[in-house]
Amino acid sequence: MPKSRFVYEIYIAASAETVWKALLDGEFTRQYWEQEHFSDWKPGSTWEHRDAHGDRKVRLLGEVLEASPPHKLVLTWAEPADRANRDRHSRVTFEIEPVAEMVRLRITHDELEPGSKMERDITHGWPRVLSSLKSLLETGRPLKTWAR
Amino acid sequence: MKDTDIVFRALADRSRRTLLDRLHERDGQTLTELCADLDMSRQAVTQHLNILESAHLIVTAWRGREKLHFLNPVPLQEIYDRWIGKFERSRVRAMRELKRRLEETKSA
Repeated sequence: MPKSRFVYEIYIAASAETVWKALLDGEFTRQYWEQEHFSDWKPGSTWEHRDAHGDRKVRLLGEVLEASPPHKLVLTWAEPADRANRDRHSRVTFEIEPVAEMVRLRITHDELEPGSKMERDITHGWPRVLSSLKSLLETGRPLKTWAR
Repeated sequence: MKDTDIVFRALADRSRRTLLDRLHERDGQTLTELCADLDMSRQAVTQHLNILESAHLIVTAWRGREKLHFLNPVPLQEIYDRWIGKFERSRVRAMRELKRRLEETKSA
């Protein structure tokens, strides 16, 4: 069965450098994602995504495939249970492109197993995360991303 | 025109909502795939896709020489976030669930 792919886009009134930092810096991601990222973001390095509160559980992890600040970042993206199982890692490409006074942030999430939990999670997750990121960068206030 | 106006105008057309439904069912389709079984000319579908794209409700990406169309729900999330706050979400969801159950019972 072919793997699935989703593409999300948002326009944000901020510089490419700011959006890049907001995607990677735990201080930022804690505010709009309620999770923190850990990595040195160098190709070949691993990255982790931990809860910002409570027991700081690792929720997601992967490997940095490509990093060209502040325009392009490619990561593998997996559940902690699949840490060693590279065949089950999906892939996320972040592309940041200046457009007039704004930047266009495009997220391509592909290599996904159709019907998987990861596919369900990310199709709910990305729109919320991106909407909250935009709100934080443009108004200084994040949204309650995971409020139910 | 403001972004929100563009989004609502794009949604205010049944054919365009049908195209979004099709992408929601299966994301990443070519123009030819989207035109299949539709009672619309290829030219009309292209025009509708352009309007949806300018509202950022769809985005396109290439697979080799094929142009694929993807549903981008981010502008809808922004509209949702604008009027539905942290505390209302669970109530809204509970009511939606109630409606679904009642309607299922009725049609059973």
